[in-house]
Amino acid sequence: MTEPLQRPPRKNPILRTPQMNLPPSHRGRVALGITAGAAEGRFVLQVCGECGATQYPPREACHQCLSAQLQWQTQDGRGELLAETTLDHSNDLYFRERLPWRLGMVRLDAGPSVMVHLHGEVGAAPARVRVVTRLDRSGQAVLIALPEKGSPHMQDDPMLREMACDPKLRKVLVTDGKSPVGQAMVRALIAAGADHVWVGAAEPWKQPPGFAELSQLPQVTVVPLDVRDERSVQETASLIGAKVDIVINTAEMHRGGGIANRRGLDVAREEMDINYLGLLRLAQAFGPVLRSRAADGLLHACAWVNLLSIFALANHPPDGTFSASKAAALSLAQCLRAEMRGAGIRVVNIFPGPIDDEWNQNLPPPKLAPKAVATAIVKALQSGVEDVYPGDIAQDWLARWRDNPKVLERELAAGGM
Amino acid sequence: MTAYLKRKGYEGVAVTVPVTVAYERYSTHGAHWFLGQVVRALVQQSGLAKEQIDGLTVSSFSLAPDTAVGVTQHLGLSPRWLDHIPTGGASGVMALRRAARAVQAGDAEVVACVAADTNHVDSFRHTLGSFSNFSRDASYPYGAGGPNSMFAFITAHYMRTYGARREDFGRIAVAQRTNALKNPNALFKKPLTLDEYMAARPVSDPIHLFDCVMPCAGAEAFLVMSPERARDLGLPHVLLRGAIERHNAFSSDPVMVCGGWAMDRDDLYAQAAVKPQDIAVLQTYDDYPVIAMMQFEDLGFCAKGEGAEFVRSHDLTHAGDFPQNTGGAQLSCGQAGAAGGFIGMTETLRQLTGQAGERNVKDARYGMVGGFGMVTYDRCLCTGAVILEAA
Repeated sequence: MTEPLQRPPRKNPILRTPQMNLPPSHRGRVALGITAGAAEGRFVLQVCGECGATQYPPREACHQCLSAQLQWQTQDGRGELLAETTLDHSNDLYFRERLPWRLGMVRLDAGPSVMVHLHGEVGAAPARVRVVTRLDRSGQAVLIALPEKGSPHMQDDPMLREMACDPKLRKVLVTDGKSPVGQAMVRALIAAGADHVWVGAAEPWKQPPGFAELSQLPQVTVVPLDVRDERSVQETASLIGAKVDIVINTAEMHRGGGIANRRGLDVAREEMDINYLGLLRLAQAFGPVLRSRAADGLLHACAWVNLLSIFALANHPPDGTFSASKAAALSLAQCLRAEMRGAGIRVVNIFPGPIDDEWNQNLPPPKLAPKAVATAIVKALQSGVEDVYPGDIAQDWLARWRDNPKVLERELAAGGM
Repeated sequence: MTAYLKRKGYEGVAVTVPVTVAYERYSTHGAHWFLGQVVRALVQQSGLAKEQIDGLTVSSFSLAPDTAVGVTQHLGLSPRWLDHIPTGGASGVMALRRAARAVQAGDAEVVACVAADTNHVDSFRHTLGSFSNFSRDASYPYGAGGPNSMFAFITAHYMRTYGARREDFGRIAVAQRTNALKNPNALFKKPLTLDEYMAARPVSDPIHLFDCVMPCAGAEAFLVMSPERARDLGLPHVLLRGAIERHNAFSSDPVMVCGGWAMDRDDLYAQAAVKPQDIAVLQTYDDYPVIAMMQFEDLGFCAKGEGAEFVRSHDLTHAGDFPQNTGGAQLSCGQAGAAGGFIGMTETLRQLTGQAGERNVKDARYGMVGGFGMVTYDRCLCTGAVILEAA
C-alpha cells in the first residue's frame, strides 16, 4: 500500500532552497528511441523485422540474426521480477539525495531482462510486474516496474512522483482562465487535487459565461494577466512567480482565415502576439524562478504546459495564419524544453485538433470538447508524458504526418482535413 | 576436404617474473606512471635489457585516449608484437593466452604482459558513467550504483535459487582477509571477523561493504617466454598447461547463474591432463564473493548450486584444505583497475615458484587462475582460466 501524499510542513524560509541535481542523462542515439516512445507514454523496444526477436538494451543490429531492420514496437511490459536490491549508496548526487532507492531486474515475457526502478508496492522476487516507461527528471526515458494491481494511492509512490508532475497539492497558474479550455483546465486541476490555482484574466470588461462562478471557487485566485503586455506579465510574475509549481499556458487567439481572404496584418499580428510572443513573454518572466525551484521540497516546481495545436505540425489553410503562429510557438516550446531540461523542469506540449468552441462553430465534428483538452493535460502531468495528441483528429494527423509529411501537405492543400 | 585445423596445445610456454607496483588508495600519478614502474621492475628483476622485450600487452582503463601503441613511445619500447587487452578482470588470462601463442609462433621472444591503473579521487565515478554503451543506456541511469546493483541482483538471485546465505559469502571474504594479512601489498591490514562482515553497512542489499572491492591505483605484470629462455636467464618460472576463454556465454539466462568457465572447463582439464583435485592453489576472480563461489562450481570443484556447502566444508585460507585467493585478492588487497585481472596470475606465479613467503602453500604443483571481466550491462561478459604447473 502506498500512503496517500500528505501536505508537507511549511518551508523553513531560513534554509537555502535545495538545488536540482539531475540523474544521469546521457544516452546513445539508438537508445533515444525509448525516450521518443516514453515522451508519448508508450513503452517501446526494438523488435527485429526479420526474425522477430525483441531486444534490450537497444542495439544497431539484431543480436539473434544480425538484421538491421529493427522496429520500435509497443510492449505490454508484462514480466517477472527475478531479483531486487535496495540501493544505500550511489556515486550520483541525484540518487544520493534520494536514498534508499529500490531497483529490480525483470525478465519480460517478450524475452529480454531489463533493469528497472521498482515501485514500492512491488513485493519481493519472484513477483509478476508490469514494466512501463517514464521520463525521469533529466527528461530521458527510464523503465519502471509497477505492481500488477496497484492500490488506490499508488501514484503517490515517491519514486513514481519523481517521474511525473502530478498537480496534486501543487500550486498552478493557468494563464487564461476565461476561455472554455481555460475554465475546464481550472476545474480539472481542482478535481485532480491542486492546492491552489491562479487564474489569469485579461480584459477585465469581458466576463464570459461561467467565469464568475469559477472565480468564487475556494482554490482559485484571479490575477490580472495579459500575455500581450510585457509589463502585465512581469508584474504578475513578481507577485506569484516564486510560488507557482506548474505553468499552464492556455492563452491563445484563433480566428479562421488564410492569406487571400484577409486584408492587412491585424489578425495575424494579434495571433503571433498572443500565441508566439505571449509564450516568450511568459517564459522570460516565469521561467527563471521555476527553474530555481526544481528541487524545492516535496512539492517542487515541475512543469510547463503549452496549449499548441495539431496545426503546428502542418498548415491547415483555412486556419492559415493561426497554424503559422502555432508552428512558431512549437518551435519556441522546443527551445524552452531544451533550456528547462537542464533544470529538471518538464515542458509538456499538447496538440489538439479543432476545439469545440465559438471560433470553430462552422466546423463539422469531430471536435474536441474543452473538457477533453483539460483532462488530457492533467493526465499527461500525472503520467509524466511530454507530448500529447488528444482526440481522433490529432491522432489521425499525427499518423499521417509521421507517415509522410509531404502527402499530408498535398491532402490539406486539396481541402482535406 | 575436412582438414580443419586442430587446436594446438600450449606446450613450450613459461611464465615468470611476477611484479607488483605497490597499491595506493589514491594516486596523483597517471596510468603511464604505473606502467613505467611496472616495466622497470620487469627489466630489473629479469636481468633483461629493455630492448630485449619484443612483445607487449597492455591492460588499463585509465590510459585513454592512449592505447598500447602510445605506451610504446611513452616508455621507449620497440616491440615487434603488440596487443591492447582492455578486458579488466579477464585481461590477465587473455594476455597470457595471446602472449603464449606469440612465443610459440616465434612472433616474439619475450612478451611483457602489463596491467596498470591509477585512481584519482573522482575517477571511479567517471569510469562508471562511461564504461560501456549499454551501461550508459540501461544501467547507469538506474541509481548509478555501478556494478554493485548488478551484482546485488546476481547475488540475490543466487541466494534465492540455491539457498546460499550471506554468511557463506562472508566465509570467502574472511578467509581472504586472513590470507591478506601475510601479503605486504594488501591495502587492508586489519583482520576481518564474520561478525564484522555481517554487521557491515549495506551498499546495495544483499551486497554489503565487505562484499565490495576498494578501487585503488597500482600495477601488476609478468613475462612470457620459452622455458629454455627462462632457464638460461636463471628465472624461477612456471609452465602454462592449459588455457580457456569464452565471451558472452549463457546469454539467454535472464540473470547470471553460471559463467562461461562451465562451457570450457573440460577442455581446460583435458589440455593439462589433470583433475580438479590436482589443483593445489586456486585464484578466483573476486569482484564479489558470489563470483568466487560460482567459479568453485563452474570450474568443477563442486556441482552447480553446491558452492555454499563447499565453502562451509572447506578452509579457504592459504593454510587450509582448499587454498583460495592466497594473497587476499581484490577484496582485501584493493582493485587496481585492470591490474585486478592480473593479481591472481602474479600470486599463482609466486606460489608455484616459492616466492609467496609466509603464505606459500607447501609443495604446490598445479595452480589455476580464473578471469572474469567487463560488466557491460547485466553481467561480466569475459571469462577465462589457465592452469599453471611448477617447473
